[in-house]
Amino acid sequence: MPQTLARKIWDQHVVDGARGEPDLLFIDMHLVHEVTSPQPFAGLRLAGRKVHRPDLTIATTDHNTPTGPEVVDDLSRKQLEALDANCAREGIRLYKLGSRHQGIVHIIGPELGLTQPGMTIVCGDSHTSTHGAFGAIAFGIGTSEVEHVLATQCLPQRRLSDVFVNIEGKLPMGVTAKDVVVGLIAQEGVSGGQGHAVEYRGSTIRDLSMEGRMTICNMTIEWGARVGMVAPDDKTFAYLEPRRHAPKGKHWEEALDYWRTLSSDPGAESEREINIDASRLEPYVTWGTNPGQAVPITGRIPVPRDETAERALRYMDLKAGTAMQDIAIDRVFIGSCTNSRIEDLRLAADVVRGRTVHPRVRAMVVPGSATVKLVAESEGLDKVFRDAGFEWRDAGCSMCLGMNPDILAPGERCASTSNRNFEGRQGAGGRTHLVSPPMAAAAAIAGHLADVRELEPVAR
Amino acid sequence: MKPVSRVAGRMAPLAMADVDTDQIIPKQFLKSIERTGFGEFLFYDWRKRGDFILDRPEHRGARILVTGPNFGCGSSREHAPWAIQEAGYEVIIASSFADIFRSNCGNIGVPAITLPEAEVRELLDLALEAPETEAVVDLEKQSITAGALSFSFEIEPFLKERLRNGLDEVGLTMQKMDKIAAYEAGRPAWMPTVS
Ligand code: SF4
Repeated sequence: MPQTLARKIWDQHVVDGARGEPDLLFIDMHLVHEVTSPQPFAGLRLAGRKVHRPDLTIATTDHNTPTGPEVVDDLSRKQLEALDANCAREGIRLYKLGSRHQGIVHIIGPELGLTQPGMTIVCGDSHTSTHGAFGAIAFGIGTSEVEHVLATQCLPQRRLSDVFVNIEGKLPMGVTAKDVVVGLIAQEGVSGGQGHAVEYRGSTIRDLSMEGRMTICNMTIEWGARVGMVAPDDKTFAYLEPRRHAPKGKHWEEALDYWRTLSSDPGAESEREINIDASRLEPYVTWGTNPGQAVPITGRIPVPRDETAERALRYMDLKAGTAMQDIAIDRVFIGSCTNSRIEDLRLAADVVRGRTVHPRVRAMVVPGSATVKLVAESEGLDKVFRDAGFEWRDAGCSMCLGMNPDILAPGERCASTSNRNFEGRQGAGGRTHLVSPPMAAAAAIAGHLADVRELEPVAR
Repeated sequence: MKPVSRVAGRMAPLAMADVDTDQIIPKQFLKSIERTGFGEFLFYDWRKRGDFILDRPEHRGARILVTGPNFGCGSSREHAPWAIQEAGYEVIIASSFADIFRSNCGNIGVPAITLPEAEVRELLDLALEAPETEAVVDLEKQSITAGALSFSFEIEPFLKERLRNGLDEVGLTMQKMDKIAAYEAGRPAWMPTVS
């Protein structure tokens, strides 16, 4: 019987299964960070258990770390120290603050070559779906599950049903992977993907870089699906080959042979198919307090159709009918596991080059990892951003969730390349508009939400 | 995990859709390295704004949280169900739950029960109009009764068993360590390791 990509990988990982019970899945890589790990480590200790496979576990600090010279507050320091002590005791490799491999957990996995096709990957973080861009089953888990994986390297899981999202056509100028996925969420709603593993396919996906594919898989959780994936191809292999943990020599050849079998068979059936014409997409901007409340930048705020939308408009202090481009902003954040890879910074820098940040706006760039930061600096991107008036910070989650001092003040409005515009996400009372990196750059320059395709040309 | 089989108490009506875990427990409380201490910060920002429905005297002390679709979306933080449990809610009823949130609830022994939207609506209306009504959620019979209302619900037999016995899931998997070892022996040599 023809099989889907997700099914093939899943079946490879079933350690034990019985009718009516969840499958016991083996986990090939477990990513750990400081916020969702202290309790599971403590739980293990209490039960007198050890980490079963420290060699399949990697840790970093990202959520709760400063991105500048700020002093770390006591509570945060305690959490960072706890991870340090836990990793030392259990023999887990930790890339902590100051390491050249430190960074957002979903950026460093692929960067180090730890994320490979055909794997199962978990992390106590919902955006683990990012790693699916390599043709892996990757999903976010809760703290109890983190403890389960630490102790056994396995997780009991119910099989997910498949959904195919077919995206065909050439992306118009100024439209990015971020716009594809935000457009999709606007169409499907924030719970449309519940219970599903999503496979993104079609010519648009094939044409996207690995970075772009990661952006799309990353935001899969924002329409309710735990797993988002793309079948691996030559682009995937080319991205992986030079990486530190990629298989080498004979192993590389063996791995390639296997990876090339990883796509859905012709005729494989999914529970549902969604078709998207990429050539008709525009840059998207959110107006509300969930990622599905989005319209093209040329659009206006819609008339609220339900209580959720009314509540969102009240919180955002916006009125139906307002043109998106008339919304003034105070802050710009370029960063997060959605959009802080090198390609994202290049796209934003291309818009910023030769221009100046609007005087009312405070804008910052937070690279996704220490490595991204170094590469960007070697290309002179830091200078482009700084010259224009952006702050250039150290790697971390930063203002994506505002656990560190990078937060919005109450009432402040931000154009952000992150993935969640929930109430208070970037700081209590703060208001977030999700956009792509070029659109964030355009907003920083214009001082309001702006159409990157219509910026005044720079005199060069 | 404490076993649960029957919960009796008043219902707390939170008639909102798409409540995300950032609202259930905001990020500033995620700095703790403890497993407890989150209950008092449940829905912190909404409660701070005043007149939050669950804080009204008639809804205090309720044990059954009734809410809108897609409850618990967003961040995977298990701190969200911890806070709900610590604040005294022993079961949550909604027309749908976000996937990760629902499994987190199962793992800590808080049944997350799904009912059709119209039935949830009736429970919400009843909790608003007659907040003193005692409701009973019976896991064994898979039923909910409140006043004149009586609904039945579906639950996976495996999850039901675990909730009723308060089973330690890690312990269950550890009994299969020989199967895990056999699987590990067959993994390809080229798969990545960190050390
Ligand atoms: S960047 Fe934001 S969404 Fe991504 S892992 Fe960090 S906090 Fe979570």
